[in-house]
Amino acid sequence: MSAKLRQKTFPAAGAFILAFLLLLSSNVQSFEIDGEISIQGFLFFENGAWPHQENEPVSGAGNIKIYHEIRDNFHLSLEAFYRIDSEDQERSHGDLRLAEALYFTDNWEISIGLGRVFWGATEFVHLVDIINQTDQVEALDGEEKLGQPMLHLTVPRDWGVVEAFVLPCFRERTFPGVNGRFRTPLPVDTDQAVYESSAGQHHTDLAIRYSTTVGDTDLGLYYFNGTARDPILLLSHKPTSPPILHPYYEQIGQTGLDLQMVTGEWLLKGEAYYRIGQSRPYAATTFGFEYTLVGIADTMMDLGLIGEYVYDDRDDGWLPTIYENDIMAGLRLAVNDMDDSNILFGVIRDIHHGSTIIAVEASRRLGDSIRINLDASFFINMDIMDPAASLARDDFVKLELVWYW
Amino acid sequence: MNLFFSKTLTASFLFAPLLFVSPVYSETAEEKGLAIAMEADKRDEGFGDYTANMTMILKNRQGKESRRTIRSKTLEVPGDGDKSLSIFDTPRDVKGTAFLTFSHKKGDDEQWLYLPALKRVKRINSRNKSGSFMGSEFAYEDIASQEVEKYTYKHLREEEYQGTLCFVGESFPVDKKNSGYTKRISWVDTAEYRLLKVEFYDRKKSLLKTLTIEGYQQYLDKYWRADSMNMVNHQTGKSTTLLWNDYKFRTGLTDKDFNSTSLKRVR
Repeated sequence: MSAKLRQKTFPAAGAFILAFLLLLSSNVQSFEIDGEISIQGFLFFENGAWPHQENEPVSGAGNIKIYHEIRDNFHLSLEAFYRIDSEDQERSHGDLRLAEALYFTDNWEISIGLGRVFWGATEFVHLVDIINQTDQVEALDGEEKLGQPMLHLTVPRDWGVVEAFVLPCFRERTFPGVNGRFRTPLPVDTDQAVYESSAGQHHTDLAIRYSTTVGDTDLGLYYFNGTARDPILLLSHKPTSPPILHPYYEQIGQTGLDLQMVTGEWLLKGEAYYRIGQSRPYAATTFGFEYTLVGIADTMMDLGLIGEYVYDDRDDGWLPTIYENDIMAGLRLAVNDMDDSNILFGVIRDIHHGSTIIAVEASRRLGDSIRINLDASFFINMDIMDPAASLARDDFVKLELVWYW
Repeated sequence: MNLFFSKTLTASFLFAPLLFVSPVYSETAEEKGLAIAMEADKRDEGFGDYTANMTMILKNRQGKESRRTIRSKTLEVPGDGDKSLSIFDTPRDVKGTAFLTFSHKKGDDEQWLYLPALKRVKRINSRNKSGSFMGSEFAYEDIASQEVEKYTYKHLREEEYQGTLCFVGESFPVDKKNSGYTKRISWVDTAEYRLLKVEFYDRKKSLLKTLTIEGYQQYLDKYWRADSMNMVNHQTGKSTTLLWNDYKFRTGLTDKDFNSTSLKRVR
């Protein structure tokens, strides 16, 4: 996050917290506070491709969640997060994930503040999820998001749900710093972000979404107009300093679709979008299935089989992306034991380049309120032409303990 | 999963009215089994909606215990299966996770899972009904709304169970392909049509689990709900106990408390 937005967001957030605490003092009945504290350590098997990258970074993170019901239909939520990383300055960061007031009636619902919205259906790649910015330094899978300032109106009807969003401030994507792993060959300097819109970070983005359930199908359709969440990385070359990349955020119009469908024992999922505004229009899609084998081998264990495909028509080299023509396969084993043990094994293979990512995520509870997570990823046969090639030397194992307090 | 019970387990497995037992008309065992199921179902009609809290205690063979706490809300839907919402409070790592189920008399139930960390609503395939519910000895199909239409029935006999005269009958899942059972044998008391005990037979037709239900209390002078349900798995030695409390009927829930919008603001 640039210094500018930091200045802008945090006083507002401070005011929100203050208002929150004042409101709390009036009524302590339905007040909840909890959160998580976690430590994690990485072990990278090879030295990084670039100098200053460490092999055994450790980090600690905590979050606090406060929830308060002023009335049955008037709720306040707050979630603050902070991580300290031993090596990467950019990964040592904080964020207000949530700071919103929600009011609802039987016929409509409105929330204002920093919110979180998820759109999508598939398991491997989240193409259409656009409201919140990705907190890229937190997780490679893109599932960690920054709190987005928004006014969010929801109108549920018998024939579907209509939602309207006004997004007055833009959040910049986080990128690993010069000491961080999983980075581009040249580091990204987020303080040099450039915007197509003259309003910069203060362009007001708008979105409208319709979602409904028809028979065995859930589907959502949206239009988004505003600042692209995924920047283009441009080379910045000043004679006085070493070359770096800087993010360039363009103005786009994006129409997106997501669906989940039950057919027999299968779950089918799909996402697609069409985007205009970046030198040429383009489309991307991902779709696949999930099939669960229940009680395998006369045990309580369930095995989910996942197959997905992603295609992005920028794969002609116009604007390379990691997921341009890839096939994904996953196995999800739920042991169904007391400790909720589970293992996810996934393979992502670029059909054209042959680059392959293998990922394993294993997790179980230790006692009542601690979870242990073991993740590993291996980047195999990474083709130099594949944008993911910069991860070639980042094979890792990560061990994490999370205490839910 | 209807967590628990729209037509409760109580009303569920059910068995029937003596009304039909006349010396003139000779009712078949199948007809009598169905009649008992329908009568039990009928006796639970009209509850409207209710909420309840539940503690689920998992025990393994060595006696190690693990607890989950769940709040459930159920809405009766005239002419169709119930709608229900179950929200996890503990373990803490799954706090706020919620299941929304629309059960149907005919065809598959509809199910969604809400994951609070991602604010994501995922569709679930309800045909995976034989799977374990949250690591417990209860399968999804055990806790689902027990609509009469989901089974066929056969009355066996009447006998005393723990001092109470019961109808004993078999029920067979209509969805044979996806159910984990070939049959269930149920004990339902002849006075109030409350389900007291169920034996579950697996796909190999051997006894898999026994459910015993205790502590029935009557609400609104009509609807019976149990305080305790204990499921023992004879093949693994593991067991799960559900302890129910704080039943509240006719709390004013409507369809609007059971849609994707309300699911996303669940607490």
